[in-house]
Amino acid sequence: MTDRVPPTTEAGAPDLPDTHGTPAAPPGQGHATGADSTAAETDRGGALIELTDLRKIYQMGDQQVHALAGVNLELGRGEFWAIMGASGSGKSTMLNVLGCLDRPTSGRYRLEGQDVAELDDDALSEFRLRHLGFIFQSFNLIPQLTVRENIELPLFYLGWEADRSAAHAAKIAERVGLGDRIEHRPNELSGGQQQRVAVARSLANDPPVLLADEPTGNLDTATSGQIMALLKELNQQGKTIIMVTHERDIAAHAQHHMHMRDGIVDRIVRDA
Amino acid sequence: MQFNKLWRMLRLGVKSLLLHKLRSSLTMLGVVFGVGAVVAMLAVGEGASRKALDEIKALGSNNIMLTSKQNADNQAAAGSRSMVKFYGLKYDDEKRIRGTFSTVEHTVPTKDLRKNAFFGERSAELRIVGTTPQWFELVVRDVVAGRVLLERDMFTASNVCVLTESGARKLLAATSVIGEPLQVGSDVYEVIGIVRNEPGGTSGARTPDSEVDAYIPINVAKERYSDLMIRRASGSFQAEQVELHRILVSVKNIDDVEDTAAGLNRMMTLFHPEGDYELFVPLAVLRAARAQANIWKWTLFSIAAISLLVGGIGIMNIMLASVTERTREIGIRRAIGAKKNQIITQFLVETVVLSASGGFIGTIVGPAIAQVITFMSGIDTIVPLYSIVLAVGISMSIGIVFGLYPAVRAANLDPIDALRHD
Ligand SMILES: Nc1ncnc2c1ncn2[C@@H]1O[C@H](COP(=O)(O)OP(=O)(O)OP(=O)(O)O)[C@@H](O)[C@H]1O
Ligand SMILES: [Mg+2]
Repeated sequence: MTDRVPPTTEAGAPDLPDTHGTPAAPPGQGHATGADSTAAETDRGGALIELTDLRKIYQMGDQQVHALAGVNLELGRGEFWAIMGASGSGKSTMLNVLGCLDRPTSGRYRLEGQDVAELDDDALSEFRLRHLGFIFQSFNLIPQLTVRENIELPLFYLGWEADRSAAHAAKIAERVGLGDRIEHRPNELSGGQQQRVAVARSLANDPPVLLADEPTGNLDTATSGQIMALLKELNQQGKTIIMVTHERDIAAHAQHHMHMRDGIVDRIVRDA
Repeated sequence: MQFNKLWRMLRLGVKSLLLHKLRSSLTMLGVVFGVGAVVAMLAVGEGASRKALDEIKALGSNNIMLTSKQNADNQAAAGSRSMVKFYGLKYDDEKRIRGTFSTVEHTVPTKDLRKNAFFGERSAELRIVGTTPQWFELVVRDVVAGRVLLERDMFTASNVCVLTESGARKLLAATSVIGEPLQVGSDVYEVIGIVRNEPGGTSGARTPDSEVDAYIPINVAKERYSDLMIRRASGSFQAEQVELHRILVSVKNIDDVEDTAAGLNRMMTLFHPEGDYELFVPLAVLRAARAQANIWKWTLFSIAAISLLVGGIGIMNIMLASVTERTREIGIRRAIGAKKNQIITQFLVETVVLSASGGFIGTIVGPAIAQVITFMSGIDTIVPLYSIVLAVGISMSIGIVFGLYPAVRAANLDPIDALRHD
């Protein structure tokens, strides 16, 4: 993930300052095909994310639920993806596996060239801490903590000094438009504001990848628009964003679309 | 660096506890009352048993006491109101005891007298005991001033007396009275000392010196005063003739006390078939009291254990009731990138801080409750160290185990399962 020239320069996000140390390179390629992932294979995982025959099977009594039924996928750096599909098609499962919150039953998942299956629990935590940011439909803020303290959580685990971390959190809160709410608790905020806190928290440790599971699912149209604008801006600044949604107009904000059905990736639409 | 980290964890823990005020204070209350109840209970138990034992020890655990007693038959037979009653221990009894039992160290005969005494301006009726110098070896008390009786007082049959504190009080005699004359009846005694006396015990037996005002050599008492004692009571009078009122027997080895007492009893029934004596063994009472105290202590200990258990269940319930909330929180922290150890450390710090402060408050509350009990009921209480260690140890372990258990379990879940928990 260092001095590597991406093999192709596809259309994508504009060339914006990269915030996590990799050269300010244009986004990498994004093959999203089944078997013909050839070019990237040789290049130490040229893609940001590589999935090979990924499966997640839930055992429900004597019944097996194939939440992911063999997914092959390559996603590139700096891309903005929307995962779409019917309810129960495996979108959340996919995102949770991508986010290293859940382990696949079988198959290989490489993120930034690292085979995730090789990481033990601590290493996986460290990996999430440095590479991934999450935005959930239900916000998942810690209710007892203030806005600032919620934003500071990743920084605490990174071991930042208290002063520096507080200042940084304030800066990020400002950036998502919550500069004046910093000492409030989540339940004193509207849904849209809470989701912005969640976005701010996911940004605090400046991860290259943001994962969002229906980030606007609990919000009205206007507020959804604001959150989407925020995500788009972040994408333009270089973040790779993968977002689950089943709303067409929300998906429209994303650059690429991926449709899921019964645990497989059914259709890919680039530059939608 | 390490310290810095710990300090930060500690501050964070305290902060987190303050954020869950109700849960924290309820848990802490559980620990406080668990510890408080146990400490207070054990303090009462300890105090009560210590007091009983101290009282009995004042009787002398190596001693056996024989006391003259006017038995019921004797009393009934004395139909006439003015008959002189003969009963009680004899000088021969004392000699016989000394000659028979090799286990016996000293025998101390005593003879009780009631005499009007004059001291300077004061006069008072004194309870005088004629005895031998060995008395003071068997009934060991502090000497406040002067000295006690010595062999040479016996040898020269001197008119000397040793006052007890209660006697000195009756005569308003200060410690400076040593050497001054005390007039008893028509005789004059020199005051040679003042000794402390142990006021009567409440636990079954009186200390031998609880009703004594003065001691004089027994041979002097025998020489000057007859064995006949006349008591006037509402017009009529009673007369009784008793050689010795008491014989104190000290046994060399404490292991022989009970055997010797049994032997003594056999011998005495032989020579006093009318049963005009009483045998008292402080050690036997001590044993009984110790057993009693143990039962008492165990009872209180059981109550304490139950209150500890109830407190523990309370703590457990509160901790488990917050599992869902905590599991979610742990899921969020794990998703963000917290390692298992970091989560567990955080919760460990929290529960330790909580339980420790609860335990600390409990160790203040417990003795305070004990004080209140003492104040309200007059029961002595003693807070033994072991009770504090025990109570704090158990309550803290309960707090920590049940505080940590949900956290450890949640930390071991996959983050997504922790997040989904409900
Ligand atoms: N923990 C679980 N245990 C058993 N089955 C599960 C579990 N999680 C998901 N599933 C099953 O896996 C399938 C995919 O679920 P998933 O949550 O990924 O769907 P989704 O596409 O996110 O749906 P939605 O749009 O409703 O959120 C579903 O059939 C679901 O019932
Ligand atoms: Mg879903």
